[in-house]
Amino acid sequence: MSKKPQRQEGDPKTTGHIWDGIEEFDNPMPRWWLWTFYACIIWGVAYTVAYPAWPLVSRATQGVLGYSTRAEVAGDIAAVDAANAAITARLASMPLEEIAQDPALDSFAISAGAAVFRTWCAQCHGAGAAGAKGYPNLLDDDWLWGGDIDAIHTTIAHGIRNEEDDDARYSQMPAFGELLEEQEIAQVVNYVMTLSGAAADDPALVGAGQTVFEDNCASCHGEKGLGDRTQGAPNLADAIWLFGGDAKTLTHTVTNSRFGVMPSWQNRLTEAEMRAVASYVHQLGGGE
Amino acid sequence: MLNYVKLVALALITLFAMIAANYARDLAYQVHMVLLMMVSGGLFLVTLRATDEPAPAVPTHEYMDDVVRAGVIATAFWGVTGFLVGVIIAFQLAFPSLNYDWAEGFANFGRLRPLHTSAVIFAFGGNALIATSFYVVQRTSAARLWGGNMAWFVFWGYQFFIVLAATGYVLGSTQSKEYAEPEWYIDLWLTIVWLAYLAVFLGTIIKRREPHIYVANWFYLAFIVTVAMLHVVNNLSIPVSIWGSKSVQVFSGVQDAMVQWWYGHNAVGFFLTAGFLGMMYYFIPKQAERPVYSYKLSIIHFWALIFLYIWAGPHHLHYTALPDWASTLGMVFSIVLWMPSWGGMINGLMTLQGAWDKLRTDPVIRMMVISVGFYGMSTFEGPMMSIRAVNSLSHYTDWTIGHVHSGALGWNGMITFGALYYLTPVLWKRERLYSLSLVSWHFWLATIGIVLYAASMWVTGIMEGLMWREVDANGFLVNSFADTVSAKFPMYVVRGLGGTLFLTGALIMCYNLWMTVRAAPAKAPLGTAVPAE
Repeated sequence: MSKKPQRQEGDPKTTGHIWDGIEEFDNPMPRWWLWTFYACIIWGVAYTVAYPAWPLVSRATQGVLGYSTRAEVAGDIAAVDAANAAITARLASMPLEEIAQDPALDSFAISAGAAVFRTWCAQCHGAGAAGAKGYPNLLDDDWLWGGDIDAIHTTIAHGIRNEEDDDARYSQMPAFGELLEEQEIAQVVNYVMTLSGAAADDPALVGAGQTVFEDNCASCHGEKGLGDRTQGAPNLADAIWLFGGDAKTLTHTVTNSRFGVMPSWQNRLTEAEMRAVASYVHQLGGGE
Repeated sequence: MLNYVKLVALALITLFAMIAANYARDLAYQVHMVLLMMVSGGLFLVTLRATDEPAPAVPTHEYMDDVVRAGVIATAFWGVTGFLVGVIIAFQLAFPSLNYDWAEGFANFGRLRPLHTSAVIFAFGGNALIATSFYVVQRTSAARLWGGNMAWFVFWGYQFFIVLAATGYVLGSTQSKEYAEPEWYIDLWLTIVWLAYLAVFLGTIIKRREPHIYVANWFYLAFIVTVAMLHVVNNLSIPVSIWGSKSVQVFSGVQDAMVQWWYGHNAVGFFLTAGFLGMMYYFIPKQAERPVYSYKLSIIHFWALIFLYIWAGPHHLHYTALPDWASTLGMVFSIVLWMPSWGGMINGLMTLQGAWDKLRTDPVIRMMVISVGFYGMSTFEGPMMSIRAVNSLSHYTDWTIGHVHSGALGWNGMITFGALYYLTPVLWKRERLYSLSLVSWHFWLATIGIVLYAASMWVTGIMEGLMWREVDANGFLVNSFADTVSAKFPMYVVRGLGGTLFLTGALIMCYNLWMTVRAAPAKAPLGTAVPAE
């Protein structure tokens, strides 16, 4: 392959070097290439005069345009903040229940709240607020700690079962694995399944399960299993389950208990932001 | 005598590896020390058996091609491995359930991703560079490789580095620097291997029998020297214990980030650009059987590229804690770099002047040409993405991934395939490739694969960037991060399919090269052999 001559008739001159049969033409650099290269260099010098660029002894040149990325983003944020200042102040100070009655304020609060939700809440509750196993669905009307705007706001501000906020909502279900026999747990699990109208795994255990339920569970979940919002005890008589309503999951829940935690947001969000996100969650479908 | 020195050294290394494996503080380190023990122990036995035996005659009068043959095989092997892991992780992103519970901790996306990037850049690309540079420097210097068996040390030492790096990633040992993940002792080993590589390459150039150094060798040498410097500086770290893999970086904060991207960008600039330009400057004129278009252009674009690339790193850190002045300089140097990069493209494409008809008949030339085309496209896209305003949209999106892959699959992959197709018949003394129509299949599968990959990543990257910055009339964000992830799903599937096509093409190439060695007719011996020394 390398033995064939590389040159053809009418070719320009070569430099005369040959390596392993490879030669090089003595062509000039393409003019358009060279001039574009020069233009880029000139533009580059001009750009570094206009913008912060050359490091000197104690600081870099700042550029004649006075540009800075920080100032640019701070300017953008300040412009939005200034435009929203009046309505944000109103949102932060108005009684919570009255927000929904003011259409302009309400729509502002909902779009602001949606942005807060997507940034801070979606990780657990989902981008669409439909929740996940262990993280409540906020679209339905089944509330653990209350679904009116005040209750939602309190939950957001202080969180649930966290250690950082003394006013966090708190309750703890005992791990009944240490208190009940396995047989009793099986009985109560089968009884609980019937509360929401589902078929029990083993109908023979349901009767005994009712007794176990009344002795151990009814104080929090109520005689009929309807739950108690003052202590965050879930309603067991509906078809909505936070962790799952099948026999296996219920056995796990009763044996080991659950301890869902939500952070406190009062130190991370402003009052207006908390009110906004409360308004957003409140109007998702289940607000009371 | 030398054998006794070797025996003592290998015995000491084996002993150290045994002790280290015993005291190991983490699994990766332990596995690596056991590997080291087996390798050095095995070499000890081999050396022992050879001691006092007459040394086999070394054919110093001909080119050292067996190490290049080994390099061709290693390049094809690691290429397929790297592409396969790439396809797996592409589908893991599209279908997260492929991160199986049972594989958690060694085959989930986080562990496989550095395995993929290192396998394609350093194992596939690195072996391609070492093999072709050894081939090219001998042919264009008319000299056998300098240093005797040191070339073999470079080859096997590099493979050992790859195995250590790859097993380290899977076992969770990483210093968390992109493209520089291997821990301190692997870095030390690579430094030794790389200096040996530099010695072999430079030694061969010094003893060349040609009056001038060919342009391909300038690029290879720039690649070897600069990568040595980048590797050493970016990996400056202090081990927590000599018995463990963890180390602490010497630089911290924004200085560490700047050093990392000075390294990272020049890994692209010198490993994936300068080195592969060396490859292009030899194999394109050879395959096209035409002289290089312009010697002047090659000088100017070489020095301009070498000078400018090294400053462009800060464009990876726009809108971060990096000061604005550094960010401006990174952007300016990146844009001035546009024409020097294109110099290589012009020289590659214009070399085909007078041989354009070969595009119809020779799929290998077609591969090389499209490779240079992708090179030109990526080296335009890169400077464009370095502009702050463009970067504010493109940064952290899949556009970056698309950009990298049009460069890596299109430019590095295709030029390497072209070089392998050129080298295999020459090295195994075959008359021709087994099948040109299989080369055509490879060409089209790979090209369509890259187009699917790059196009889907452009779409999804720009969509993602626009969704992230989308705000409503009051200035509030409209989309959550999870919204952008779910919107990308169809494009992720397309990307995975593109990767599958590319992998299929590479498998066809392996079959074709295998059959070339096995079944193509042997080349008639030349009347005159080319003596090197």
